[in-house]
Amino acid sequence: MSERRFSRRRALATGLSGVGVALAGCLAEEDDGNGSGNGGNGETTGTTDDDAPTVGILENRTGNLALEGTSKHQASLLAIEEINENGGVLGEEVEVFDPDPRSDNQRYTELTQEAIRDEEVDALWAAYSSAARETIRPLINQHDQLYFYTTQYEGGVCDKTTFPVGATARQQLGAVVPYLIEEYGERIYIIAADYNFGQLSGEWVNILAEEEGAEIVGEEYIPLESSSFSSTINNIQGEDPDFIMSMLVGGNHAAFYQERAANDLDIPIGSSTTMAQGYEHLRLDPPALTDMYVGVNYMQELQTDASQEFVDAFYEKFPDAEYINQEAQNNYFSVYMWKEAVERAGTFDQEAVIEELESGIEVDAPEGPIELDPATHHMTHHMRVAHADENHEITFDGEQYIEPTFLHDAGCDLTVESEQTQYEPSDVYE
Amino acid sequence: MGPYELLSLFFQFLDSFAFLVLATVGLAIIFGMMGVINLAHGEFILVGAYATTLSFHSLADLGVPLALPIAMVVGVLVTMVFGLVLEVTVMRRLYGRLLDSMVATWAISLIMIQLLRIQFGNSIDNIAIPGGNVSFGPYTNPYYELFLVGAAIAVLIGLYWLFTRTDFGMRARATIQDKETARSMGVDTDRMYMTTFVIGSGLAGLTGALYAPMQSMSPEAGTGFLVEAFVTVVVGGTSVIVGTLLASGLLGLPKAGFEYAFNSQLIGQVAMLVVAIVAIRLMPSGITGLVESWRQSRRESND
Repeated sequence: MSERRFSRRRALATGLSGVGVALAGCLAEEDDGNGSGNGGNGETTGTTDDDAPTVGILENRTGNLALEGTSKHQASLLAIEEINENGGVLGEEVEVFDPDPRSDNQRYTELTQEAIRDEEVDALWAAYSSAARETIRPLINQHDQLYFYTTQYEGGVCDKTTFPVGATARQQLGAVVPYLIEEYGERIYIIAADYNFGQLSGEWVNILAEEEGAEIVGEEYIPLESSSFSSTINNIQGEDPDFIMSMLVGGNHAAFYQERAANDLDIPIGSSTTMAQGYEHLRLDPPALTDMYVGVNYMQELQTDASQEFVDAFYEKFPDAEYINQEAQNNYFSVYMWKEAVERAGTFDQEAVIEELESGIEVDAPEGPIELDPATHHMTHHMRVAHADENHEITFDGEQYIEPTFLHDAGCDLTVESEQTQYEPSDVYE
Repeated sequence: MGPYELLSLFFQFLDSFAFLVLATVGLAIIFGMMGVINLAHGEFILVGAYATTLSFHSLADLGVPLALPIAMVVGVLVTMVFGLVLEVTVMRRLYGRLLDSMVATWAISLIMIQLLRIQFGNSIDNIAIPGGNVSFGPYTNPYYELFLVGAAIAVLIGLYWLFTRTDFGMRARATIQDKETARSMGVDTDRMYMTTFVIGSGLAGLTGALYAPMQSMSPEAGTGFLVEAFVTVVVGGTSVIVGTLLASGLLGLPKAGFEYAFNSQLIGQVAMLVVAIVAIRLMPSGITGLVESWRQSRRESND
């Protein structure tokens, strides 16, 4: 009798836990007390075995950033699946804990907590935006969690357990700004989204322009919710720059490219944010992005063997996928990089794995063979300038192998001193 | 400031003015007639924009000529049907209950945003802005933006005609002024409300249809319309035409001017909202209230 009641309560608890994550967390703990290792995570695929190695993949598949997050999630699953098919890591099959954070930073906090405390993940991939990353980084630091952040970003994170393996603003802009100065001239007009990322990217363009002896003739920071650009376009026309540097982001700002086309504004545009993440060259009607130049480390159009092999494998597994963005590639190679480090360390122990990563590691990524910079935890990337023509056909030029120099200049050396900071360009220059 | 700069500034003012007028009229009619604030107004506009964009793409794929104008008509009609359904199911229970209506329509707004996202994803393909552009000195301005200004003025003239020159308009105004007396005179006030709500929805749909090529189509795009429309209605007051016209002019001027002077959309937005705050402080019942009291004093001095 009492046993039946008990099991009914258990069943109820397991069912209920799907309702809310916080609730699921509590119930999972209670379950552990009853001797069963399985927390009832109704909505996740990962009711994971305690002993099996587990990775957390927290990427947005719904909400505001789903467009950019979906292929990151898919590429991570592809890498794990390939690894498991080829014998796993240290002979063990890797399990995945991958609930959907729904582009919600509050949910990112909850899920990160769940991943670290309940699932005890051996490595975590999480966050698209810098805002989400900064929301969960205190938790990462508190638990010394091995964490890979793969989005291209403003740069400057110097953190003992964090590996920001995407290209930084300096790497992207460092590829495209000098290229365009050479190609078109020295008068630059900056338009950027008015928040942390856009402002810092604008600072980087200023620094790079000064290094190259170029001139900033105008600068405008545009609110994220704005989608009207006629005054901006008139201001640009008034200054008549040699090229525009655009760090606009998000759906609203895509209207700029429509208005640019309607105004026949044919001044070339350089960017670090367009095409490689949100595939605007496929979503917007040509010729809206004519003469758009973007500093990228990867796009699916890259015609190297390594890239095409990755593209083929990806679309074989996800035939309905819309695009493989730069960040998806970053997730893919960093999963393999983690595997390599674990096998060299001979254990999943995170401290040992971080030590291996810091001893220097190379990985054959779809973008080409690249290596991790031990001191800063960033990657030396193959940066290219991707150009869209009037039919939105992509070509690549100006390939360079660019090191993450900024944090070296800032004095970050994680192999010597453990830090958990984010440096800004103004901390180092001027 | 040379003549070209002046012209550029003038075009930017027209641009802001047209946006404010078109974003506001649908909201203003529903507020003026029924005393409810429709916080789902932005999503009404979005219904028009989505219907226009989606039908444009399917028409264009079929090779139908004049796809855009036809798609815009579809956008307006879909929004009118949408408005009719909501009027019958929800809105008619809320007339005259300002605060209740705000909560209910806010809920509708949230539901709409998520439904659009579930159904159509995070963005749908855009329509390119049609037509060429007028060029003056170093500057250009798309013809389409001038067309929007014309559309805004045409909508105001059309409404003026509807409310002052037609039988419907007279009944509608009678319903606003004194519902009980209008009923006793044989006006079917419930029907008046329903028709007005559908007209308001249709105008929101028209705004969505007209701005579909100018916007990125995403489920949150309605919010941008709502904020400016809300401010304009509050500054304008209850009179639909006079209020909307004068408030759009009053708010559009500082917006365009400051945006131009400081080369910053943010400063333009701030200037517009500061003017709105001052205007509400000086004219608590909006520009309409000021016009009313001016009319009254003139009437008294004539007596």
